[in-house]
Amino acid sequence: MTQLALVIDLNVCVGCHACVTSCKEWNTSGWAGPMTDQRPYDADPTGVFFNRVQTYEAGVFPNTETYHFPKSCLHCEDPPCVPVCPTGASYKREDNGVVLVDYDKCIGCKYCSWACPYGVREFDEQQKVMKKCTLCIDRITDMSLPESERKPACVLACPTRARIYGDIHDPDSEVSVAIREQGGYALQPEWGTEPSNHYLPRRKTRIQIHEDELVRVDNPLKKEALPTLPAAGETLDDVAW
Amino acid sequence: MQDPTSRSDSDQGRVEVKETTCYMCACRCGIRVTLRDGEIRHIEGNPDHPLNKGAICAKGSSGIMKQYSPARLTKPLLRKQGAERGSSEFEEISWERAFELIEGRLSKIRAEDPKKFALFTGRDQMQALTGMFAKQFGTPNYAAHGGFCSVNMAAGMIYTIGGSFWEFGGPDLDRAKLFIMIGTAEDHHSNPLKIALADFKRRGGRFISINPIRTGYSAIADEWVPIKPGTDGALIMAITHELIKQGLYDRDFLIKYTNSAELVVDDPSRDDHGLFRRFEMHIEEGCFDPENKLWWDIDLDREISTHTPGVDPRLMGAFKLEDGTPVKPAFQLLKDRVEEYTPEWAAHITGIPADTIRRLAHEMGVVARDQKIELPIQWTDTWGNDHDSVIGNPVAFHAMRGLAAHSNGFQSIRALSILMTLLGTIDRPGGFRHKAPFPRPIPPCPKPPNSPEAVQPNTPLDGMPLGWPSKPDDLFVDEDGEAVRLDKAFSWEYPLSVHGLMHNVITNAWRGDPYKIDTLLLFMANMAWNSSMNTENVRKMLTDKDEDGEYKIPFLIVADAFQSETVAFADLVLPDTTYLERHDAMSMLDRPISEFDGPVDSVRIPVVPPRGDCKPFQEVLIELGSRLGLPAFVKEDGSRKFRDYPDFVVNYETSPGSGIGFLAGWRGKGGEKFLKGDPNPRQWEMYKENGCFYHYELPKSYQYMRNWNRGYLEWARAHSMIRYAEPITIHLYSEVLQRFRLAAQGKWPGRIPPQRLRKRVEENFDPLPFYSAPLEHKLVDTHTYPLNALTQRPMAMYHSWDSQNAWLRQIHTHNYLFVNPRTAEASGFGDGDWIWIESPINKVRCMARFSEAVEPGTVWTWNAIGKAAGSWGLSPKANESQKGFLLNHVISEELPPCEAGDHMSNSDPVTGQAAWFDVRVRIYPAEAGEPEVTSPQFKPQKRVPGQDPKRGKWQAFVAGAFRKKAKIQE
Repeated sequence: MTQLALVIDLNVCVGCHACVTSCKEWNTSGWAGPMTDQRPYDADPTGVFFNRVQTYEAGVFPNTETYHFPKSCLHCEDPPCVPVCPTGASYKREDNGVVLVDYDKCIGCKYCSWACPYGVREFDEQQKVMKKCTLCIDRITDMSLPESERKPACVLACPTRARIYGDIHDPDSEVSVAIREQGGYALQPEWGTEPSNHYLPRRKTRIQIHEDELVRVDNPLKKEALPTLPAAGETLDDVAW
Repeated sequence: MQDPTSRSDSDQGRVEVKETTCYMCACRCGIRVTLRDGEIRHIEGNPDHPLNKGAICAKGSSGIMKQYSPARLTKPLLRKQGAERGSSEFEEISWERAFELIEGRLSKIRAEDPKKFALFTGRDQMQALTGMFAKQFGTPNYAAHGGFCSVNMAAGMIYTIGGSFWEFGGPDLDRAKLFIMIGTAEDHHSNPLKIALADFKRRGGRFISINPIRTGYSAIADEWVPIKPGTDGALIMAITHELIKQGLYDRDFLIKYTNSAELVVDDPSRDDHGLFRRFEMHIEEGCFDPENKLWWDIDLDREISTHTPGVDPRLMGAFKLEDGTPVKPAFQLLKDRVEEYTPEWAAHITGIPADTIRRLAHEMGVVARDQKIELPIQWTDTWGNDHDSVIGNPVAFHAMRGLAAHSNGFQSIRALSILMTLLGTIDRPGGFRHKAPFPRPIPPCPKPPNSPEAVQPNTPLDGMPLGWPSKPDDLFVDEDGEAVRLDKAFSWEYPLSVHGLMHNVITNAWRGDPYKIDTLLLFMANMAWNSSMNTENVRKMLTDKDEDGEYKIPFLIVADAFQSETVAFADLVLPDTTYLERHDAMSMLDRPISEFDGPVDSVRIPVVPPRGDCKPFQEVLIELGSRLGLPAFVKEDGSRKFRDYPDFVVNYETSPGSGIGFLAGWRGKGGEKFLKGDPNPRQWEMYKENGCFYHYELPKSYQYMRNWNRGYLEWARAHSMIRYAEPITIHLYSEVLQRFRLAAQGKWPGRIPPQRLRKRVEENFDPLPFYSAPLEHKLVDTHTYPLNALTQRPMAMYHSWDSQNAWLRQIHTHNYLFVNPRTAEASGFGDGDWIWIESPINKVRCMARFSEAVEPGTVWTWNAIGKAAGSWGLSPKANESQKGFLLNHVISEELPPCEAGDHMSNSDPVTGQAAWFDVRVRIYPAEAGEPEVTSPQFKPQKRVPGQDPKRGKWQAFVAGAFRKKAKIQE
C-alpha cells in the first residue's frame, strides 16, 4: 500500500515561511478551502493555516542553536484522529494513506483535535468544521497536471528544497532513502501513531586543521626573504685557526 | 464532499495562466500567475526562470493579498482646501487635474531653478527611468534608497574589486567549500541565496555565520560566531594579520591581478606621497588606472614595468628607485597597517576570542590553498598570456547591511574585499563571481556634475545625477567647497556618496540647508515612517511652517500604491499600480538580474487590469516628461514622442542610434541582436514568449577572471557594456582615496576641502582599511547608553513593503525587543515585560522578549512590523500600532555637533551611508500603571477617498468569487 508523506530537512530549513503561504494560497481556493481568516485587518488576526513554522532556541549563549520547525498533519499510519470521529468525517484514504476530513460530515465537535498529539488540526471558526493538511490532494491526484507539478504546493515552493515528498512504503523512493541514510525520525513515536512525515536532523560540517598543514614548503613568505647583507669587517674565517 | 481525486482545479471556472516577474520584494523572481474568472487563483515560481528556478517565498505566494488589499489607493487625491497637512483629509481629483497641477508647478521651477524640484524614490530598480527623468528635468536632487540601505557595500566593493554583492556579484556556492556570512545579509538576493545555501550544505560545505544575532540563515550555520555590532572591520583585519603572518595568501594572484606589487611613493614630505609611481604613456580617455606603474624585480633587484614577462616582483620590502624616490610595494603597506591588528587586539573589540579569530583565518587560508579547483577552461588574459585552466580557491563570503549600515562600514567592506582578494577568490570558481554589467572599471566611468553651473534653467543636468568620483575635482561642490545637492551628496562631507543620502532630504529641506526647495516628489518611499531615521521629528518637519504660515517644504507629492504613513502628509497623492498591473523593465542600465554565467534582464507584463484610476508611475513620468517638453520625451517639434511606457521601452535609445535601450534582449529590427541593436517593435512579445526574461549565456572562457580576461573585456566593449577593455586591477591599495587625503593635507593641485572637514577627510580617506569605532560611539556617552540596538527583517517580510498583508501579518503581527536574559536581569525586567528603550534623542516603549540567540551587548527587533495607527488599511486597534513599534524613533539622522559641523549626517563619512546600526541605547522597565501600548502613538490616520470600505470580521478568499463578496471595486 502506498503511504504518501513529507520528509522535512531541518538541516537546511531557514524558517522562511514559503511553505506556509504557498499552502494557504493553493488550498484556500482549492478542494479543501476556503482557509478562513478572522479579523484580517483588525486586532489579533487569526486564521486557518494547514502548515505553520515554529521557531525555537536551544542552549545558553553563546552555545545557542536556533531551530525552525515546519509542522503540518503527519498523516499517521495509525491516526488517532480517525477512530474518535463520531460521524466518519475524519478518514484515511486507502489508496495513498492521506488523512482527510469530509466537511459535509463534520459536526465541529473537535474530538479529533483533542486526539491529535501534534496539534495540527485547524478549526474553521466561521464554517465550524475541522480542516487540515491534505498533502494538496487536489494537486497530487490531478492527472491533468504535468508529473513534475503533481506535488504539494509547499514542496514546489520551498526555496531550500527542504521538503521532500513521496511514498515512504516504497523503499527506493527519495523519501525512504533520505529517512534511511540521513537519520530521518518521526515525532513522538511513543504515542504509537506511526507518523508518516519524518524529519531529518541538523548535521554539522567541521574542518580539522593540523598544525603541520599551516606552513607548507611553498609558503610565499619564503619568496620575500630579505636580500643577503654584504659582509662587513672581520669574519671568523679571518681570525680563527 | 466530492472525492478530491475526481476533480481538476483547471475545470473550476475560466482559467488563464500568465507569466511575469514578482515584486513582493527586490529579488524579482519569475512567477506564473493562474487566474480563475479574472481573479488571482495562484502565484507560483516559474520553474524555467534562472533566478528562482520555480521556488517562491512567503511574500510571493501572498501577492494575492497585496492585490486585493484594503490599503490600495485608487484615485488621485488632493489635500482638502483648509485641511492641515498630515490630517489625511483629501478630495478625489481627476488625473488631468493632477497633471495640470504638477505641470504648472514644475514648469515654473524648471524655468527658474530646477534644483528646487527633488525626486527621491524608495526602491531602486526603476532608476533607469527615474534618474533619466531627473537629469532631463535638470535637477541634481535625485536618488533612490541605496544611501540608507547598503551603499557602503556597493561603494566599498566596487572601489576595490570592480563589482559587489547582490545584483552585481555574489558567492559561488555551487563550488565553494567554505562559506562565511558576516552580518545581516538575508534581505538581498534572498531566494537565490536560499536555494544555493541549501545545496551547499547538502554537498557538505561548511557555513560560518558571524553575526550578533542568530536568526535567518545563521540558524543553519555550522558555526555561529557572535560579534559586537560595528566591529566587523577589526575582525577582518585581525584575520588579515594572521593570514599574512602565516603566509596564507595567494601570492601569484596578488601579483598578477591586483596592485599589491606595485610601487607606492613612500615619502611623507612629497606631494605625491602615497600615489603609485607612474611613467608617461598614452592613456585612454577616462581610464583612471592605466598600466604605467612599476614593480620591484627580485632577480635584478631594481624597478621594472609591471607585467614584464618573466619577472617575479617583490611584495614586501622598501626600495629606492633609480631617481632616488623611496617606494614600497602596496602589499608591504598593507602588512605594515595590519601589524598592530593582532587577534588579541581584535578579541577585546569584537568579543570574539583570539583563538577563534586565528582558527577562522586558518580555515579560510588552508581551504583556499589546499582545496583548489581547476576547471579545464582555456582563457587569455589582457597581457596576452594563454591559460589552460581556471583556478578556484573555494572560500566564499556574503555580507550586506550588517557591515554596511555603520559609519565605519566603507572601510570594513574595503577590508573584506581585500581579505577576499588575499585568498585569491575574485571571479574564480568557488569564490566571488561577477554578474553583468560588472566588473566595471574602478571606479566606473560616469561622473556626477562637478560645478553649480551644471544646473541651468530649462536645461538637462550636465552630468549624471549619480556617479563615481575618482578625484576631488569630480566632486559636486561650489566655489567654497560646499554642497550643491540638497542631500549634500558628492560634497566634501560625503565625497563618494554614489547612491545619494535620501535619509537627510527632509531634514535638509526643512532647515533650508543648503537651500529651500519647492516641490518634493516621493515615489514608493515611506519617509514618514520606516524609511526615515528620527521618524517622530521628521513627521513634525513635514508639517512645520514658516513665520508666514507656509509649509517649510512647500509641496509634497507622494506616488504609492498603498495608504502608507507618508500618504497622510501629501499635498497630492498619485495612485500607483501593483506589480501585477503594469509593465516594467529590470534594465541592464540599472540593476538587472544577471547570473554569474551572463547578462539577464527581465520585464513585467500586466496580468490583471489596474484597479480604479491607478496609473503606473512610469506612465506618470512619461506623461510629465512630454508635457514639460523634456528633450528625451519629445520630438524636435515639441510634440509627444512616446505613446506610453511600453512604447518608450521599445524605442528609447540612450542617444540617437546608440542601439542601447532599456532592454537588452531581442534587439535589432527582427530581434536577432542582444545588448546593442536597433529598436525591435516586437520586443515585448518576444519577452512574453520567453517567460519575461532574457538570458545570454557567455562562452565558458568568458565566465571567469573577467577583470583580466581579454576575450570577455573585448566582448563587453563590443557590446557597449564598458568603455574600454583595460584590465580591472584590484585596488588592494586605493589611490582614489589617497587623492582625497592629499587634498585634505593641502598637497593636491586641485580642490581642497573646507577647513572644518580637513581632519575628517584626511582620517577617513585612508588608502588602506583601518578600524575606528563608529562615529556615534565616539560622540555619545556609551556608559549612559551601553547597548547597541539593531533591526533585521523576518523572512516573510524580507525587503518588502507591505506587512499589512492579511496573510503575512498573521505570521508577524507585532514585534518585540529581543534581549539576552543576562542583560534584562541587569536592567531589572522579565520576559514579556513592557520596557523603555532610550537613546540620546528619543525613547520608545515596547515589549521585551528574552533570547539566548543575541550577544548580551546588543538588543534588536524585527523591522517594519510596527505601523502608525490607521495606516495601511488596518484598523487603528491593529497589533502593528498598539503592540508593534518602530525603532527608528531613537535613531538620529544627524550626529551630535562636532568639529565637522553642527548638522552632519549620521552616516559614513566616505559614502554617506546611513549609520542605522550605530545607535546606542539604554533599556529600563516601564513604570507600573503605564498603559500597555507602545509609545510614541500618533493620532489614527484616516482612510482616504477611493480606499475600499472597511473589511468585515471574516475573510474567506476563494478565487473567482472574492471581489464581489468583499465589495472590492474594479
